[in-house]
Amino acid sequence: VIQVQAQAVTLMSSSSGVSLGYDILANSATLLLLCLGLALVFATRGIVNLAHGEFVMLGCYTAVQLSSRGVPLVFAIAGAATTGLILGVVLERLLIRRLYARVADCMLATWGVSLIAVQVVTIVFGSTSTGIPIPMGSFSVGGYSKATYSLVVIGLAIAEIVAIYYVMRRTGFGFRARAVATDSAMAEAVGVDSRTVDTTTFAIAATSAGFAGGVLAPLLGVSPTMGSGFIAQVFMAVIVGGANFVVGTPLAALLLGGAQSGLAAAFAPIAGQVGLLLIAILIVRIWPGGLTRTMVRR
Amino acid sequence: MNRSHRAAVAGTLAFAMSASLASCRGGEDSKVDATSGGTIPVTSILDETGPLSGYGLAMQDATKLSIDDINQNGGVLGKQLVLTDEDSKSDEANYTVLARDAATSDAAVVMGGITSASREAIRPIFHQADKLYFYNVLYEGGVCDKNAFVTGETPNQQLQPLLEWAAAQGLKKWYVLAANYNYGQISASWVEEYAAENGAEIVGGPSFFDLTVSDFATEVPKIENSGADLIVSLLVGPGHLNFYKQWTATGLNEKTTIVSPSYGLGAEQVALGTDGTGILNAYPYMPSTGAEDSLNQAWTDAGIENIITPGAVSTWNAWHLWAAAVEEAGTTDRDDVTAALEGGVSYDGPAGSVTYDPQTHHAVLPMSLWKDTGTGEMELVELLSDSAQPTFEQSKCDLIEDPDQNEQFTP
Repeated sequence: VIQVQAQAVTLMSSSSGVSLGYDILANSATLLLLCLGLALVFATRGIVNLAHGEFVMLGCYTAVQLSSRGVPLVFAIAGAATTGLILGVVLERLLIRRLYARVADCMLATWGVSLIAVQVVTIVFGSTSTGIPIPMGSFSVGGYSKATYSLVVIGLAIAEIVAIYYVMRRTGFGFRARAVATDSAMAEAVGVDSRTVDTTTFAIAATSAGFAGGVLAPLLGVSPTMGSGFIAQVFMAVIVGGANFVVGTPLAALLLGGAQSGLAAAFAPIAGQVGLLLIAILIVRIWPGGLTRTMVRR
Repeated sequence: MNRSHRAAVAGTLAFAMSASLASCRGGEDSKVDATSGGTIPVTSILDETGPLSGYGLAMQDATKLSIDDINQNGGVLGKQLVLTDEDSKSDEANYTVLARDAATSDAAVVMGGITSASREAIRPIFHQADKLYFYNVLYEGGVCDKNAFVTGETPNQQLQPLLEWAAAQGLKKWYVLAANYNYGQISASWVEEYAAENGAEIVGGPSFFDLTVSDFATEVPKIENSGADLIVSLLVGPGHLNFYKQWTATGLNEKTTIVSPSYGLGAEQVALGTDGTGILNAYPYMPSTGAEDSLNQAWTDAGIENIITPGAVSTWNAWHLWAAAVEEAGTTDRDDVTAALEGGVSYDGPAGSVTYDPQTHHAVLPMSLWKDTGTGEMELVELLSDSAQPTFEQSKCDLIEDPDQNEQFTP
């Protein structure tokens, strides 16, 4: 054990520490991109969208399809976000709308949607993986090579959280959304159209998922079942983040992403997986409301 | 936090932890009437939906094309084959149920199973029921069972020549990455053995990755740090595909060679495109557009969009070998067909002649080295062997001498 700890310490202190720091940042940014949409509807409306991973997957497929037809990546990502937007509006109007405050029913319904999405994509596009070649080259961090595109991912994750913070805190829509989240009946009584707010909130969340799919498509093997590969981590981060998702989700992404990358680097990849789950379980056990329970300001 | 939130938290946690266990069960009854005179019923069990369908669908296509091809050429013993096509839905529990049905059906032969776990779930069922069974995909080797024939590649037919070739190129510092289940673990121990034989050094790993892992950011600097000149990848599945992408994104692929016996199994070369340039694998056959072999012709004529995978090639060979053996034996009786297969029945497959080694019931097949061109296809580098033998199995298993042997040997 001592030897292993020494190994971990050496890793942290040497120049590879800088490299590890960057990897943690990149991993957390990826997690944050994947989480934000889910966190938004969970924190504001208590909706657990089990089809979130499939929204991301559909975003990926949109980007891959557009990209393979020669559309530049920027527009392919925009297309992916649009797919999310359309799906979000349709799904909210048809399904989610009837299931607010019915948590278990909603989970079951969205799980059904996820199964349908996976099978439809398998039938239409086949079951083998596809993808987009990673754009840009590489650069060096502390003597280690990193993909330049990962900088873009980090930048976009930060931009998205800032944008969502701005929308929720500084706009009329954000004000109404928080009102509906706190007490939808009272919000209705003072003239807020809670149905429109709900549709918009869910649409933003779905757009965010589609956007994440587009941005991450070059980094991921795109397949119909890809959602199941990351969805457990994403749910963990949302739960750990807690009610104030604008602050909590980035914190949780950094904590869990950092724990995973750090443990994987110091020991073995499996240690990272196990560590992430253990830390998530521990945090939820100690603070059932997640990291931001004490500072709930919805 | 209100009650519904709390319920959601509990529910979500429960879901997140059980997501991988979730499954739907279903059964379909499509047995062939035993009295239907001019036909021979046969059964296939493959993962055609769910996460493993990436491997299973091409094998299902190959199964249907093989049956059609055999039927169009007059069938077997003048009778048409009638296929019962079962979908295990990527769930081992379904395999057991479907295998029990098939074992008691009148099917003359059952082919199927993709993961080693599914094979080991169903192989004993067929053994016990005296129902002839074929397993048609690359695996970690070692199965020794009179009732079973293995058409896929084993480590010493595929991994060994691949690593010997690499060592001969002067690449002797190996870093091993492997999928965390029996295929990856057993193959990784083979790599250690081959490293010792070839004077190579394992400078890192084996690092094991669960199939759900899709982030390799922390592994990349470890490989870079190790000074490896060869990466031996035993990675499997769409999540692990990201390793190749993340590795290529760092530009390190220019300096380090990647060899992988599992590469191409799920059409990785198509998914990666330019990100896969230069990766080497070993198989009897890799598809290229316009190839004039019988399988590619049938595949193209059927208009199948996905490419021919190594599992599809093995499946095609297996059905044709079985059909040839039945012709030779003049009956579908298990013992007579087994004797014919052991007697050296051969099939001129898309890559060349394939036959079964009588002693081990494993295919003896041609083996070639292939390199990813970055255009979605692999190009032939060189023929490694025109009849690669299952040497490890031959050292442990002799079903002619002792037909009662029934186990899986490990290194």
